[in-house]
Amino acid sequence: MVHVKIWGSLRHATEGKDEVEVEAANFRQLLDQLSTKYPGLRPQIERGVSLALDGRIYREAWFTEIGPESEVVLMPYMTGG
Amino acid sequence: MKNIPVSTTINGDPIEFLCGPDETLLEVLRNRLGLTGAKEGCGTGDCGACSVTLNGRLVCSCLVLGAEAEGGEISTVEGLAAGDALHPLQQAFIDHAALQCGVCTPGILVAAKSLLDKNPNPTETEIRYWLAGNLCRCTGYDKIIKAVQIAAEEMRSA
Amino acid sequence: MALDSQAKKVFKQVGTRPRRPDGVDKVTGRAMYGADATAPGMLFARVLRSPHAHAVIKSIDASAALAQKGVKAVVTSADFGVPEDLFIRDVQDNCMARGKVLYDGHAVAAVAAVSDAVAKQALKLIKVDYQVLPHVTDVDEAMKPGAPVVQQGRTEENVGPGFSENVTTYCEFGHGDLVAGFAKADRILERSFKTAATHQGYIEPHACLASVTSDGKADLWCCTQGQFHVRNVCAEIMGMESSQLRVTASEIGGGFGGKTTVFIEPVALALSRKTGRPVKMVMSREEVFRATGPTVSSSMDVKIGMTRDGRITAAEAHLRYQGGAFPTGTVTMGGQSAFAAYDLEAVRTYGWNVMTNRPKEAAYRAPGAPMAIYAVESVVDEFCQHFGLDPLDVRLMNAAKKGTRSSYGPTFDAIGLIATLEAAKAHPHYTAPLGPNQGRGLSCGFWFNFGGNTCVTLNVNSDGTIGVTEGNPDIGGSRASISLMAAEELGIPYDKVRTIVADTNSIGYNDITDGSRVTFSVGLATIQSARNAIKVMCARAAKIWGIDEDAVIWEDGAAKPSGPNAGDFEPMTLAEIAAVSAETGGPIAGHHEVNADGAGVSFGVHLADVEVDPETGATKVLRYTVFQDAGRAVHPDYVEGQMQGGAAQGIGWALNEEYIYGKDGRLQNAGFLDYRVPVASDLPNIDTVILEIPNPGHPYGVRGVGETPIVPPLAALSNAVSRAVGVRMHELPMSPPKLLKAMNGKG
Repeated sequence: MVHVKIWGSLRHATEGKDEVEVEAANFRQLLDQLSTKYPGLRPQIERGVSLALDGRIYREAWFTEIGPESEVVLMPYMTGG
Repeated sequence: MKNIPVSTTINGDPIEFLCGPDETLLEVLRNRLGLTGAKEGCGTGDCGACSVTLNGRLVCSCLVLGAEAEGGEISTVEGLAAGDALHPLQQAFIDHAALQCGVCTPGILVAAKSLLDKNPNPTETEIRYWLAGNLCRCTGYDKIIKAVQIAAEEMRSA
Repeated sequence: MALDSQAKKVFKQVGTRPRRPDGVDKVTGRAMYGADATAPGMLFARVLRSPHAHAVIKSIDASAALAQKGVKAVVTSADFGVPEDLFIRDVQDNCMARGKVLYDGHAVAAVAAVSDAVAKQALKLIKVDYQVLPHVTDVDEAMKPGAPVVQQGRTEENVGPGFSENVTTYCEFGHGDLVAGFAKADRILERSFKTAATHQGYIEPHACLASVTSDGKADLWCCTQGQFHVRNVCAEIMGMESSQLRVTASEIGGGFGGKTTVFIEPVALALSRKTGRPVKMVMSREEVFRATGPTVSSSMDVKIGMTRDGRITAAEAHLRYQGGAFPTGTVTMGGQSAFAAYDLEAVRTYGWNVMTNRPKEAAYRAPGAPMAIYAVESVVDEFCQHFGLDPLDVRLMNAAKKGTRSSYGPTFDAIGLIATLEAAKAHPHYTAPLGPNQGRGLSCGFWFNFGGNTCVTLNVNSDGTIGVTEGNPDIGGSRASISLMAAEELGIPYDKVRTIVADTNSIGYNDITDGSRVTFSVGLATIQSARNAIKVMCARAAKIWGIDEDAVIWEDGAAKPSGPNAGDFEPMTLAEIAAVSAETGGPIAGHHEVNADGAGVSFGVHLADVEVDPETGATKVLRYTVFQDAGRAVHPDYVEGQMQGGAAQGIGWALNEEYIYGKDGRLQNAGFLDYRVPVASDLPNIDTVILEIPNPGHPYGVRGVGETPIVPPLAALSNAVSRAVGVRMHELPMSPPKLLKAMNGKG
């Protein structure tokens, strides 16, 4: 199981939880699982999210492998100047 | 409105052109003569990107009418280098990274040359006030001021 | 790509300061910017813009304009479809109002004519019948139920009740138990702040030259931070295939985020398609101010608890950003950045994006971060004054470091904040004496930095020189940095490399030049391209020598046998291998395509000394020093340039710059005379101290540097001014009238 920290304003879609668990070996599976398990997250996932894996932020990259001990944080998709 | 024939000297060359009575010198330089070194940053004389000299005087070419240049001598950034030898200001700007995007650079070079023509040994404050009419948004002016100082010193010792 | 394992790698070229390849063109006036291109038979286009902040367009009658001699076409929103994709639809509706004008300056029609004068004249002949609607330009007003609604149906699912429909986005970040944290504090401060919208203020207005031919092909020349982004957006709006629309980025006269956008290009393309001729469109400065993206304006509340020895026990912030007439996500980045410099047990940020009748916000250097961090750093400074603590010691005590759970979630890897703070503390500036009416302020700054989609091709020419082709406009010397990294990796002199920025048909897709990504991502792709080319060159040498490929290494610009067992051959230089490339298998090149990650966050600290004139309220910046972690400064001149330029923009934001709207909802200062950016005589030298804490995500350790420097000046200046005048300021800009009022009110 991967523990995914979500940001606070998504709690409405995760039964109030700050951290959710899904079965996933990479980012694509993780996003699919999140959408399935918590359909309320789908609009945000479609608008765009970034994922931080052990402190490194990824804006896409479906096939990034996630280890069982990895720290995974869901973040909004970011743009810069 | 009929076009007006104008005879000038630009960067030492005799140049004749026709322009509308409401056409600015900047429009003439850029659109009729292909001298696009002078830039239009504002069109209201606030940014200095269009700086040229007219009869030795530093002007915003967006505030001068083309017709006003009749009989006048104009210098633009295109005339700064002597053949393939860059002017010391140009060389100092490259060597000391005094430009980032470079769009204000032609105006600043013309303005700085105009300063050094009058005052070969300006203080930092004098340079800052002289160039206060030339906006640069990339550099914070630091490297520009230093490059002008370096060029001035080089020109004095030449 | 991870940091190269040879930790103490000695660089031969990276870190030097060679001349930039575009220098001569730019000092001689030869460089071609957006407005400098022409084409045979070219028409000139102008845009008619709304004089109202909010109005229904009842009708547009262009017949009189079209009857004018020399007028070739008029376009309105009727000439465009309605894109399904919401992002594309917003871009298009911003380029040309559909049904309703949403802000003063919103485009309603455009004319193409044989001359600029005729086009301008024709604009006056277009009759637009407006039904004026109530408007709102203030963020707090726009949030209230009953406020005029800018656009309906744009509210995201997680925005709570109690707001007007202008509130589009809600976000919340952070962790820990706030109640318990505040209970541990010796004092709690709650303060509210406001910052004005400011414009990127690039000196070059937006400009383009569009040429659509009757067989459906098109060429577009424009000043942009991202030619591929322009290509994709315009192709979709125009119903074209990407391959048929070639976009070439001109030299760019500044962007700072403001040219990550599309404002005029689809309009010029539509006019070109309609007239069958090339169309040039150049914005005036007034149009730039009224109709292109300024940054958000903000209204914020910050609450922090601190022990009397300076430890922050809990922190929270409420951020309300208005991003103009369309939804934007900038507040989410403000929410994530606000407390990023601190190691906190309990932290929370709450953010709302709000639509108003103002131009659509565009990214501006570290979008969303400067205002939030300004508010936080102001409160931290007030604590330092209250408890009599040294502001750098307080930052050091609370600083985020490797292993800190960041305020936005992930745990930090190696970061340079503490080293940066220590450098500031050791610097003579920090202890220099101050005179009367003078004050010293400081602030931390932070930005995420991005990587992103990147393609690089590196060609080895047969004479032993190198051509690097990349796809990101050079906004501040990046071609020099990229050439340096290619030269470093190949082991050849810098001047043997020439780097160019290619059009959209000459190289694969590249993300916009944004997020401080170019030196990091393009650098990374260049290094990998060079390594790929080296692999080919080693293989060629191996063939020539008749030995195994694995027995050849690359060192100092030459292939060599890896050791005595590999064979006894004289090294072959790059030039020698290149010279026989035709005979050994054909041209040699390396290329690399990647969606880069691992950009590595960036921290900075700024120190500012000011003097406030008690008579006029005018602030003079006396001394300014920027400390920043660059990971690895590839070309230090241009790293310093980013630090100095960002600081200058931040100083303008703090002291003078602001969008001023009248009661009529119209922008009152749409020009450089009334929107005052810092000029040379406003500023002192801006000293720089570059720290190099290598980024673990880049082979040379490079971090982005471009955005972070605009973040600290806001609070550094506000803290300096507040200390100089003895009254705490809570609003930017601190223009002389506001400051005078505050000073007179304190007694």
